[in-house]
Amino acid sequence: MAYSEKVVDHYNNPRNVGSLDKKDKNVGTGLVGAPECGDVMKLQMKVNPETRVIEEAKFKTFGCGSAIASSSLATEWVKGKTVEEALAIKNTDIVRELSLPPVKIHCSVLAEDAIKAALSDWKTKQGEAATKPAESTAARS
Amino acid sequence: MAVKLPIYMDNHATTPVDPRVVEAMMPFFTDKFGNAASRNHEFGWQAEEAVENARAQIARLINATPKEIVFTSGATESTNLAIKGVAEMYREKGNHIITQVTEHKATLDTCKRLEKYGYEVNYLPVEKDGRINLDELRRAITPKTILISIMYANNEIGVVQPIAEIGKIAKEKGIFFHCDAVQAVGKVPVDVQKDGIDIMSISGHKIYGPKGVGAIYVRRKNPRVQLAAIIDGGGHERGMRSGTLNVPGIVGLGKACELCQVEMASEAKHLSGLRDKLKDSIMSRLDETYINGSMEHRLPHNINISFAFVEGESLLMGINDVAVSSGSACTSATLEPSYVLKALGVGEDLAHTSIRFGLGRFNTEEEVNYVADRVVETVNRLRELSPLYEMAKEGVDISNMKWVAASDSH
Repeated sequence: MAYSEKVVDHYNNPRNVGSLDKKDKNVGTGLVGAPECGDVMKLQMKVNPETRVIEEAKFKTFGCGSAIASSSLATEWVKGKTVEEALAIKNTDIVRELSLPPVKIHCSVLAEDAIKAALSDWKTKQGEAATKPAESTAARS
Repeated sequence: MAVKLPIYMDNHATTPVDPRVVEAMMPFFTDKFGNAASRNHEFGWQAEEAVENARAQIARLINATPKEIVFTSGATESTNLAIKGVAEMYREKGNHIITQVTEHKATLDTCKRLEKYGYEVNYLPVEKDGRINLDELRRAITPKTILISIMYANNEIGVVQPIAEIGKIAKEKGIFFHCDAVQAVGKVPVDVQKDGIDIMSISGHKIYGPKGVGAIYVRRKNPRVQLAAIIDGGGHERGMRSGTLNVPGIVGLGKACELCQVEMASEAKHLSGLRDKLKDSIMSRLDETYINGSMEHRLPHNINISFAFVEGESLLMGINDVAVSSGSACTSATLEPSYVLKALGVGEDLAHTSIRFGLGRFNTEEEVNYVADRVVETVNRLRELSPLYEMAKEGVDISNMKWVAASDSH
């Protein structure tokens, strides 16, 4: 299978690889996927509770090149966005940006899930009700 | 010395044609282009002579007689002919076939089709080392069993089955033994007499011969095997396989067999040396790597390793100047990891991280060193990226975690 240039670029130069302190109250952690399925993503975001702006994002991914690229791209996109803006990111946006073939769409789904899981964790830590992704999107529209 | 890139180390998938084979084939495309079935002119006679010469070369390699060799388009056809041919010819004797779970799809899917037509098939499990249990084979045999079909050596893990023992059991019970020997012929000594094989599938392109040509060995005595044809037509190959013979391909297959016979012993020694070097060089520098399948009963040129916490396709992407293959789901059309590794009891998580290295006649020590370095470097890089490696290092037991799969994937 031939990879798109953007996937290759993210694979060769992944952005924001690493970990944040998961005990930090302002850090939300999302861990999605399963080893048996061949992909696991860990996405962490540090959010300013005053401004609700995502100041830092880090990822680690076990998975194919497209999974690595999807999560790398996700960290790039969420940085500087508010929690609500980040929650509006759709897997289809990732598919388009990386030109993922149909067989790799699940990689983008996983990245969207990872964003939502991380922010849900952050909200719980902040004492907010961890709203379901669908509700939070609806609230913005 | 600088190595020439990319490096080919996927010789279980296919092999390059040996230049000596190409040379032998060349005249049969142009000057000696005759149809081997043309009985009344020089062109036909030349072609027929070349075909008979190739038949003898193949027969010598496997200790058969030339009349027991039938040419086909490849081993998939040979295997189809063997299984369907016996099933149809001996339908009155019985409808039961025994095979095993790590067979090539040519065998498994042929058996699946026969099940639709009322045949019963036992798919024997394999042990952790990839070999079948002979007691289980004995127990699976019924009065209705007409065929045992077990491969010589596996295409993913290179594990060699206890062929001579299987042949003995088949003979005792009066059941035909078909062996898919595609990965073994020309690589290890295959002897249809000693091994007790009645029908055997052979491929050209796995032994430095051309693609699109193969052969099937069909025993003529003790016992005599008859196969119902699956391709009807002009009655070529004693009625077992109609169709104008692929003379250049057949000449190439014959020459490839001759070269294997001459060079097998030294080549096997050379390749197992390179293979062990590759394995040791990689495994001594990386933790959490596992060999899949028996090391003792294994083809000399194969190694299959799981690199825990590193998904196979991403590893292939990182070593993109090296041609190998992976048991990862992401490299298959089905999104399922290797059924062969699953049959061995390798967990799906580790099956996704496996790489098959298939060394071949033209690999060098420099290439092995290069490949080992690239693998080690890429695995280390990807482990830095792997949340599973991080968790393992923190002492988290990944196998006991509850994982939430993606919302619509898998």
